[in-house]
Amino acid sequence: MALDRWIALILLGICLAYGYTAWFTMDADLAPFMQRNPIWPSTFPKALSLLGMGAALVTLFGLEKSTVKVDDIDYRRLHEYKLGQAIGLLALMVIYALTLRPFGFLVATSGFLIIGAFILGERKWHVMIPVGVIAAFLVWYLVSQVLEIYMRPLPGFLLGLGG
Amino acid sequence: MLEGMLVGLQTALSLKMILVVIGGCLIGTFIGMLPGLGPMSIIAIMIPVAISMGDPSAALILLAGVYYGAIFGGSTSSILLNAPGVAGTVATSFDGYPMTQQGKAGKALTIAAIASFCGGTIGAILLMIFAPMLSSVALLFHSAEYFALMVVGLSAIAAFAGTGQVAKAVMMTTLGLIMATVGEGALFNLPRFTMGIMDLQSGFGFITLAMAMFALPEALFLVLKPREMKDSGSGDIKDMRITRAEARAIAPVIGRQSLQGFFIGVLPGAGATIASFLGYAVERNIATKEEQEQFGKGSIKGLAAPETANNAACTGSFVPLLTLGIPGSGTTAILLGALIALNVTPGPRLMIDEPQIFWAVIISMYIGNLVLLVLNLPLIPYIAKVLMVPRNYLIPFILFFTLMGAYIGQNNATELLILVAFGICATALKFADYPLAPLLIGFILGGMLEDNFSRSMQLYDGIAFVWERPMTLGLLIIAAILIVLPSYRTRRAKLRQVGIADGD
Repeated sequence: MALDRWIALILLGICLAYGYTAWFTMDADLAPFMQRNPIWPSTFPKALSLLGMGAALVTLFGLEKSTVKVDDIDYRRLHEYKLGQAIGLLALMVIYALTLRPFGFLVATSGFLIIGAFILGERKWHVMIPVGVIAAFLVWYLVSQVLEIYMRPLPGFLLGLGG
Repeated sequence: MLEGMLVGLQTALSLKMILVVIGGCLIGTFIGMLPGLGPMSIIAIMIPVAISMGDPSAALILLAGVYYGAIFGGSTSSILLNAPGVAGTVATSFDGYPMTQQGKAGKALTIAAIASFCGGTIGAILLMIFAPMLSSVALLFHSAEYFALMVVGLSAIAAFAGTGQVAKAVMMTTLGLIMATVGEGALFNLPRFTMGIMDLQSGFGFITLAMAMFALPEALFLVLKPREMKDSGSGDIKDMRITRAEARAIAPVIGRQSLQGFFIGVLPGAGATIASFLGYAVERNIATKEEQEQFGKGSIKGLAAPETANNAACTGSFVPLLTLGIPGSGTTAILLGALIALNVTPGPRLMIDEPQIFWAVIISMYIGNLVLLVLNLPLIPYIAKVLMVPRNYLIPFILFFTLMGAYIGQNNATELLILVAFGICATALKFADYPLAPLLIGFILGGMLEDNFSRSMQLYDGIAFVWERPMTLGLLIIAAILIVLPSYRTRRAKLRQVGIADGD
């Protein structure tokens, strides 16, 4: 089964779960005065769940003839692409999200930029490190001083915040 | 109206706003040149900056400047490298790149800049004429008509955006609408579909979603499959002058395409991409036999046509946004989201309630076009150097700005994890050829759609408003026809070209 139909199946599942909530469980705790209302919080979701299921089924059963795809990137040849780099960068983004607060903006960001370039195959440390550090500092300066959004620049213990 | 215009002029001509326009155009040009990054990603990345400026006029002017700059930058890389950064400038490469190969890159860039300038300026004049007219009509609309109008808009977007697959586009629109129902609805004040998670109480973050849908997949695609650059001596851009005869040849093309492009841009779902292809095709068909031979081999008419049309269409796409509050394209949907975040509700009342925003945006369009012509054109040989920045450095920066955009808006590191998760889903959807723009537009319009629907239901005590208001019924029938009529599919499928950022 092609990827788009697998995705249609997943989306159908989402619509079913959503529709089940809208049709059967949501109205139970509706206040009595609201029940006289011509519109309930579940009215619109009910309609959406039907529409979504319809569209997902059409794709799932391939009722609509698809035109020839002229895209240059094809998931069937995914292994030929630089999948490792992409996954590495995604993991790096997750690590960045987790370290941004504890390590502070400057450390986390320069780390992200340097390791990001490293993952992509750059090995010129004498360029990577200055570029990463200067860029992190510049962005921090712009965001916190010009746009006035506070971001903790360094790890808490260095700023005397007790870690 | 004159008073509003003067207020707008006063706002737009202040030093701060002029700097904002210049900055926006330059940033847009820089990033728009990078192949694979479309205007939607650039605007999504710029939104937090715009919002933190705090002034809605400045924010909208900045984002609009970025939008034009991106289209302009896209045409530059189309001409110099045959690598369009933006779908709307693919048609530019048909004749622009052959001109570069013949050593006429400077001339091609000048023609593109002049055509863009004229298209944008004439578009802005048309916008000044039509937007007030449309908004006075729109004041007569009730909730029921608004509901129907949004349904028409969403159907048109689904019909145009699907790569020959309307069902997928409808699915994505519905998914966007479903995501919009998560959290507390305005009319009920009841949390819905939050699964008991506190973070979902206020719904999904729009900036996070915009980043995850556009910026992240595009950056990942750049990682997965590096694009080979065909360098054709873009380092020496010389002789940027055009002759009088050439100017005379392209003048009628610019005139026609400004009008045509503008009106295509006004239609929901059409936008700059379709306008540029259609403009190219129309001009080729009405050209003389000898000129037709030239198309595709470096014809100046073939270059001027799509360039004029895509800029006029960009301006045209502001008409439904500013007058009805309904975005017709992914880019204007993101602009709408930014405006809502700044507590401005675009719609027919905008012109009356906040004329300084409305007119300042229009005036800044002229300034933006002027900036692109006067400032960017001489700088192009230098700006083109950005294409030489190694991708090893570029991609971490793009990813970093994507993360920053989501973080600054919410100041919440969990948002970054949501961004990555949605980004992976969006990449999978992109692989399976599901269009992503309808999802975001559905998400942004979802709240308004439901509010208007609920209001009409309450006023008419049921669904009766559909048949008791002929205009509503008419609009809903149009929406149904748009979905069912499959002829729209094929046109869009042809437009989809190799590895270009989706939509405009």
